[in-house]
Amino acid sequence: MAKDKIIGVDVGGTFTDLVTIDGDTGAIRIAKTPTTLDNQAFGVNNALDMADLDLASVDLIVHGTTTTTNAVLERKLSRTGLITTAGFRDVLELGRRTRPQPYGMTGQFFPIIPRDLRLEVPERMDATGAVLTPLDEAGVARAVRDLLDAGCEALVIHFLHAYANPAHEQRAARIAAEIWPNDYITTGHSLLSETREFERGVTAAVNASVQPLLERYVTRLRNELSQKGYRGDVLVMNGNGGMVSSRLVAREAAKTVMSGPASGVMAAAYTGRRAGEENLLTYDMGGTSTDVALIRDSTPSVSNEIEIEYAMPIHVPMVDVRTVGAGGGSIASVDAAGLLQVGPASAGADPGPICYGKGGTQPTISDANMLLGRLNPGKLNSVTGGVSKDQIADIFADTLGAPMGLDAIQSAEAVIRVANAKMAGAIRMVSLSLGADPRDFALFAFGGAGPLHAADLARELGIPRVLIPARPGITNALGCVVADLRYDYVQTVNLALGADAVGRIHAEFADQIAAGNAAVARETVTLTEVRQLFSVDMQFLGQSHVVRVPLDTPVPTEAELRQGFEKVYWNRFKVELPEIRARIVNVNTSVIGVSDPVDLSRLIDPDGRHATATPSEHRQVVFDGVVHDTPIYWRDHLPADATLTGPAIIEQLDTTVLIPPGDHVTSGRDGNLILHIGGAP
Amino acid sequence: MSLDPITLSVIQAGLQQVCDEMDLSFSRAAFSPVIAEANDRSDGIYSAEDGALIAQGAGGLPVFVGTMQYSTRVLIEMIAAGTVAAPKPDDIYIVNDPYLGGTHLMDVRFARPFYRNGKIFCWLSNTGHWPDTGGAVPGGFSASATSVEQEGLRLPPVRLFKEGELDPEIYAIICSNIRVADQRIGDVKAQAAALMVGEDRLNALLDRYGDDTVQEAIAELRVRAETQMRSLIDEIPDGTYRSRAWIDSDGVVNEPLAIKLMVTKTPGHLQFDFSESSPPCMGPMNSVLATTLSSVYLAMRHIFPEVPISAGAFAPLEVLRPDGTFLDAQYPRPVSGCAAEVSQRIAEAVFAALVDPLPDRVTAAPAGTSGNFALGGHDPQAGRDYVMYQLSGGGYGGNADHDGLSNGCSTIGISKAPPIEIMEQNFPVLYHKYAMREGSGGAGKHRGGLGLEYEVELRRGTARASFVMDHGRFGPQGALGGADGAVNEVRISRSGGVYTPEHLSKEQDIPLTAGDRVNVKTPGGGGYGDPADRDPDLDREDRRLGRV
Repeated sequence: MAKDKIIGVDVGGTFTDLVTIDGDTGAIRIAKTPTTLDNQAFGVNNALDMADLDLASVDLIVHGTTTTTNAVLERKLSRTGLITTAGFRDVLELGRRTRPQPYGMTGQFFPIIPRDLRLEVPERMDATGAVLTPLDEAGVARAVRDLLDAGCEALVIHFLHAYANPAHEQRAARIAAEIWPNDYITTGHSLLSETREFERGVTAAVNASVQPLLERYVTRLRNELSQKGYRGDVLVMNGNGGMVSSRLVAREAAKTVMSGPASGVMAAAYTGRRAGEENLLTYDMGGTSTDVALIRDSTPSVSNEIEIEYAMPIHVPMVDVRTVGAGGGSIASVDAAGLLQVGPASAGADPGPICYGKGGTQPTISDANMLLGRLNPGKLNSVTGGVSKDQIADIFADTLGAPMGLDAIQSAEAVIRVANAKMAGAIRMVSLSLGADPRDFALFAFGGAGPLHAADLARELGIPRVLIPARPGITNALGCVVADLRYDYVQTVNLALGADAVGRIHAEFADQIAAGNAAVARETVTLTEVRQLFSVDMQFLGQSHVVRVPLDTPVPTEAELRQGFEKVYWNRFKVELPEIRARIVNVNTSVIGVSDPVDLSRLIDPDGRHATATPSEHRQVVFDGVVHDTPIYWRDHLPADATLTGPAIIEQLDTTVLIPPGDHVTSGRDGNLILHIGGAP
Repeated sequence: MSLDPITLSVIQAGLQQVCDEMDLSFSRAAFSPVIAEANDRSDGIYSAEDGALIAQGAGGLPVFVGTMQYSTRVLIEMIAAGTVAAPKPDDIYIVNDPYLGGTHLMDVRFARPFYRNGKIFCWLSNTGHWPDTGGAVPGGFSASATSVEQEGLRLPPVRLFKEGELDPEIYAIICSNIRVADQRIGDVKAQAAALMVGEDRLNALLDRYGDDTVQEAIAELRVRAETQMRSLIDEIPDGTYRSRAWIDSDGVVNEPLAIKLMVTKTPGHLQFDFSESSPPCMGPMNSVLATTLSSVYLAMRHIFPEVPISAGAFAPLEVLRPDGTFLDAQYPRPVSGCAAEVSQRIAEAVFAALVDPLPDRVTAAPAGTSGNFALGGHDPQAGRDYVMYQLSGGGYGGNADHDGLSNGCSTIGISKAPPIEIMEQNFPVLYHKYAMREGSGGAGKHRGGLGLEYEVELRRGTARASFVMDHGRFGPQGALGGADGAVNEVRISRSGGVYTPEHLSKEQDIPLTAGDRVNVKTPGGGGYGDPADRDPDLDREDRRLGRV
């Protein structure tokens, strides 16, 4: 059975995107409006108005929000207090003795919870979970009252070794619950029962300090939607790529951090699976940054070691999206060595590139694309400042061309070449660090600028094919529509592999399955099935890093665990170490409530397509120093089976697809385009 | 010049990428946590003629900035002189001799000739910090060695891999001289594999752009890096700048060691003169020449982080050979403290000399010690011997823009400290405190960052505690009117009372029994600028939060 009428709406840093799919007809509507940062619900409302939808007939709304991400990055957090083990209140500020960059002895760090709101109580467990100092219950009550008096709205209770024995945290939380006026109490072990007091503590602190903000936001949004006649549930995207009811989301609010990028990767995996491309490197280039992720067998890589900025780890399982720097707004300059550099400085969204006409005066990647004819100069007229191509050319000639002995066009080509070389290098590093050779993957290009650079990047990386989805600019919103429910569990066990360990692992898996099934059962969405994924994190004794070993069963034998570990280790490092014993560090379960499939076949309206591919115009575009009279096509008008040979440019509302000479394009299902690099099949 | 500037930029990025991939490969496959987690390793490309640094991985440990070009140069010279066997394709030399362009014995270098068309085009080399290379104490950081033989096994350059095959005889000699030898094969394979990765990637780069073009680009990049560094150091007014920095003691003779630096700036040129520094010392706080040079380079890179690491960037920096001082130690002087401690004091001297002419670029002195506390003992419950390391951070110096960072990593490192929970899982210890050290930051317009205070108890059995730290006698220097940061303190509470090491920050093998406690307070950073100029709001905030 197909899903009913469903809306996905994603709030990004710049735009709020909406896509709606009618389960019966497959009809699709799209809207894009500027994000309203102070109250994201305004932008959501604007998008709904623009799409002109009768909310009474909508069955499900799935929402991706940057409320929590922005709150953390800007430290606009609810006032939050910490109660922790005596002697350790500074753990959250000391971190792991790092600095923001390898070179340069400067930098600052602002803890999530300031020092005067971090209180200590006597209590102590050892690493086995044995109680060394009993919990001072009266002390807990006192600390709770003190924090309340200090104006705190949310509370974190974080004790050493609570992953091994949560009894003190649980008891303290019960004491606090009798005093605290709301539900915003987070215990350290509850989100992720894993060793490492700084990371676990920061995760809990982030959770508590965004809970009230998220709750208020989703409550307001639900009210406004119901006033517009909506009667269904609002689900919110998590950073693990799964969705959860807005009524439950605030309990584990930290999981919504980075949900937008995760959502895009989920859409890529879904689109790829339908297209028969199960191994993808996703490449999302926007105005300010470029995100990269890896999908194997239609499954995005997930990590529970994401750091969203310097010394800000959020250790809950999240889709492993890496930011590799440059976006369209990255600034090009010539350094004191006379060498062209692109980034890391960025013109951002405001003033943005020169071509935005908002006062930008420094040459950027987007400006270079404009000068080379790759971006439509017609767009220059529509923006506010009204900058001309000549003005951009003059700036390129002066700031870049003069010191390098090049003209404006040559400078622009240089910017693109250097930017692509650096981006390709960064993508390669991400891929290698995840144990993958990029040549074994297809590139999935999205975001406003992704399809403009994808062909050159793929060539640089030795990738044969690029998949460009029908609507690259609304991929995150599409991720909301295709998402499943997902609950992840991690428990540290630290057991040397042996007969004793196996029984304990089976018991942990059983607990996690029960918790996950119960969580899925609380949701109201209709599901086609409930699936479980099992894995263990293992290492050789003496090592500090772990590798993740996927398991087919929650009751693995000792031999299966050992063989699974050896296989993963070999694939990753090409090293066999039969003489050394293995250890199981963490037990992990993901419970996935698979939602009904969504039909993407009408992302580009078949009725709007023309019978033949006819260019709407021709433009002078520079490739490798040569000007080509290049046909420009409108994506929505291409026949469903169009094939094109470069040089060509395909334009659409949300992006521009560049096909350099020698590459060609074929059409796939769901309106996808497939770029074949240098004649690759 | 026939090369276009775009190709030059792209080849520069390509060479950097080759090194970064070597770094990544080495860390990910390495067995030892020192390499895998702490990134105590580095990879680079070196010229075939004289070993000059062509490119080095951006993620390498800072103390290795430039060091491998000296070991590679010595190797090339020894091959030419016939004192080391000539290379064949797929050979890998191993060397850790500090006096042949090295650091301390634990930093083991591999060097592999890279051939194109039957000729050596360049060398690929890497360094990894091995957890042990034998010697008097596990881990090699003796606080009281008086000759290099006590510090561990010293290897001249020998071919550990011959035409791609590990020489089992050499490997057997190494393994019978080091501790936990059974785990080392994992690191050896990882270190060799990283060089193979470099070879593959460099071949791909050469195939794409052509050997001549790349060769020409390398030469041109060297010239341009030099130009870039010259233009940056011209921010410094011509003149002479002096500074001093002190090491508490050498661990054997309880007297401070002085680093006396005179920097002379002339147009496009900086000369570093350390010749007035203390003579070579009895204990392990000597530095070898290669480490002294790279300490100056790493300090300059902290000041000018935008300059890529290459021989060209070092060319305008002339370090007069400080012969006759402890910064140019000769065999058999012990040197285990050079990479972790002396290097940081050299960097401090460079910062202190240049903060006056470059007040916006340079900070007051950071804590500048690796804070090495080692505990070796027997755990009766687990039935095994163990060696535990606690490396600690300290406060950074204040700077023109803001207060110093608290609990930052050592100047020469980039590694994270291990979590307390993992320490308690692996060793019979219990921490009672892990806290910001209140009041430790030097006062200033922008004060120094806070040091760390921790207290740890031995729960079972007996053990011996060793300390290799510094700044116990003199705190990290304030700058431009700022006060010094608080000194490093070590206190041991035993049943007989409280014990403080005679050398304050260094001592070896202090016996502990169950219930004894070690309390360490690490240095705060130096203050920057006159405290009277401090914003009163910042002061109030500091008092409210108990930072001062």
